[in-house]
Amino acid sequence: MRISRLVAAAAVAAMFSAGAAYAKTVKVGIVLPYTGGGADFAKQIEKGMKLYLSQNKDKLGGHEVELVTRDSKRPGGDIAKVAVQELITREKVDILGGFVYSPNAMSVAPLVTEAKVPMVIMNAGTSFIPAMSPYYARVSFTMWQSGYHMGKYAAEKLGYKTAMAGFTNYPPGKDSAAAFKRGFEDAGGKVQELIPMGGPREVPDFTPFFQKVKDAKPNALYMFVPAGSHASAVVKTYNDLGMRGAGIALIGPGDITQDTKLQGMGDGAQGLVTVHHYSADYDTPENKAFVKAWKAAYGADSTPDFMGVQGYDGMAAIVDVINKLNGEIDADKAMDILKGWKFASPRGPIMIDPQTRDIVQNEYVHKVTKQGDRLMIEVVATIPQVKDPCKELKVGKCK
Amino acid sequence: MTVAEAAATALATRHRVRPLEALPWVLAVAAFFALPEYLAVGTQILILVLFALSLDLVLGYAGIVTLGHAAFFGTGAYAVGLLSAHLDWHEPITGLIVAAAAAALVGLVSGWVLLRTHGLTLLMLTMATMTLLHELANEQENLTGGFDGLPVEIDPVLGLLRFSPLTYSGQYLYALGLLFLMFLVVRRVVYSPFGHSLTGIRENILRMHAVGAPVRQRLVTVYTISAAIAGVAGGLFAQVNAYITLDVLSLERAATALIVLILGGHGRLYGAFVGAALYMILEDELAKEFPEFWQFGLGLVLVLIALFAREGLTGLFAQAAERFRKRARS
Repeated sequence: MRISRLVAAAAVAAMFSAGAAYAKTVKVGIVLPYTGGGADFAKQIEKGMKLYLSQNKDKLGGHEVELVTRDSKRPGGDIAKVAVQELITREKVDILGGFVYSPNAMSVAPLVTEAKVPMVIMNAGTSFIPAMSPYYARVSFTMWQSGYHMGKYAAEKLGYKTAMAGFTNYPPGKDSAAAFKRGFEDAGGKVQELIPMGGPREVPDFTPFFQKVKDAKPNALYMFVPAGSHASAVVKTYNDLGMRGAGIALIGPGDITQDTKLQGMGDGAQGLVTVHHYSADYDTPENKAFVKAWKAAYGADSTPDFMGVQGYDGMAAIVDVINKLNGEIDADKAMDILKGWKFASPRGPIMIDPQTRDIVQNEYVHKVTKQGDRLMIEVVATIPQVKDPCKELKVGKCK
Repeated sequence: MTVAEAAATALATRHRVRPLEALPWVLAVAAFFALPEYLAVGTQILILVLFALSLDLVLGYAGIVTLGHAAFFGTGAYAVGLLSAHLDWHEPITGLIVAAAAAALVGLVSGWVLLRTHGLTLLMLTMATMTLLHELANEQENLTGGFDGLPVEIDPVLGLLRFSPLTYSGQYLYALGLLFLMFLVVRRVVYSPFGHSLTGIRENILRMHAVGAPVRQRLVTVYTISAAIAGVAGGLFAQVNAYITLDVLSLERAATALIVLILGGHGRLYGAFVGAALYMILEDELAKEFPEFWQFGLGLVLVLIALFAREGLTGLFAQAAERFRKRARS
């Protein structure tokens, strides 16, 4: 009796001291464009990360997470590189995360490889990025995942025979249009022309481009433009020119129906068909709980979009690494955990592919409908567990 | 000593090295030993100093108002980048020579055409030249990597100094050495008779025409020299960061050099040093403390400088020194 009580006391003491001795603060360096054109994206990702952290303190196993944030400002590579160099040498961060712009994620690759710091990429969607460093893992998307499957779906299920593609003339746009063309033509359709339509900085006048498309009369027009004011202008021009009446359907990746911008597009957005990996309107228990928690934390007017969920999932991956390594972050062990990492995300089941360290996720076919006076995303089909088609098909620089 | 004699001595000795001129170099070397963790930022400061110095030559001394100086910075950067990516030419020194030559060529050709104009027209045309090059680099994506950028590989300098992306000590020393060399060139130019005639052109272009000075030829010459130095700065940037994007040809980069000269003072040789250090340190520290609002702080400093120190910080120092000397004399 007495002995067992002694043993119990010793055990309690041991547990207590163990907890005290091993509670570590894990520093996570976050690099996001807090100022400039990408500030909205940075906000979404940061809100997503912080929401996950506040909900899952218990998963840290008694350890603490300290976020050290840095502004990457522009997509030029140099500022992000200095920020990361400093996060590694001066702040001595254990893990890196964030990265909205692809050039920034690319420029820091040699640094991350030499310093051996695991890095979770939460946006930067150029296909070959994870191959640039063995310490990269991506939880966001590639342009090919939505573009390729939009093309396939348009030819196979929507029955379109001909299409044209318009894109903003920078890498995500070119990627997306090329992916659409490949998918559409693999499924037997014919893409008549790929038309570059201005740059990412200013919204061009889409009228002459769309008039050209209208004259050519394809079954569908696939559009990639950056989320935000570009997308609103596309929808407006499409309606002004009466293209729907002329029998030309507007389709695209989900970037053009981003949750945070959808309501501003007006009734003209109804009937749009897009393919993407997330919308806040998904009717699943995981997503409903996520959106509810988001609104509770950030106000009823705030809506998560795909950036928000990428931040949330990225932090889930980081917390899981900390948990499994008990706060002692070793880069190679962390990568072993991230390879094949699975999570029941608000966007559906996701996995990090063990070979490419890139995201594997469901792609959903969205249709914009109206319920009451609110535009809604309705999921009309699901393409399960999509790997990056660019790497699967070995297109260009993708291996 | 009569006033005339004093003036003559001042003219005869103004090119001599004053003890105070050692200060920035001593500080730069001291920083290498005292602040090893800040060498990445330090290297970026040195490159910005060199770029602003090249702009000062045309803006501060010759009075050519340009918003397109990143055209030469970008040309230099892409020269080094393209050599490395497509011809496997990773030797740094020759890379920089090619960068300088390429930028000088762009400077010569564009200067030949543009320097017929002045004022706002010139401002717009320099910017247009830069935008054309930007668009060219964007279009030739297979060569330049476009928006996504181009990785740059570099051999150790002289086979000795390796560039570690982690410590930046090699990069810092390399950049410091180059800045010193380029500074000697600029200093030499500024205090030469050629440099004096540039100041003359800035102050009174009609009079320079009247005395028979070959105004346009001198402007094109200084524009070309300045372009070559900006090209070296760009090439250095590409080598040190091992990565370049279209950003090297952006308006932001051109404007940053201008802001540096406003902060530090133009036409003063050391304005670029003070301005670049102040700009980068402010930006770095403010962005760390307030990742979302740092631009406000920077803007505030700029407004204050523009209101109360039109000649920049070095101008402020010079005024203070002048006042001190007068008081000592009286």
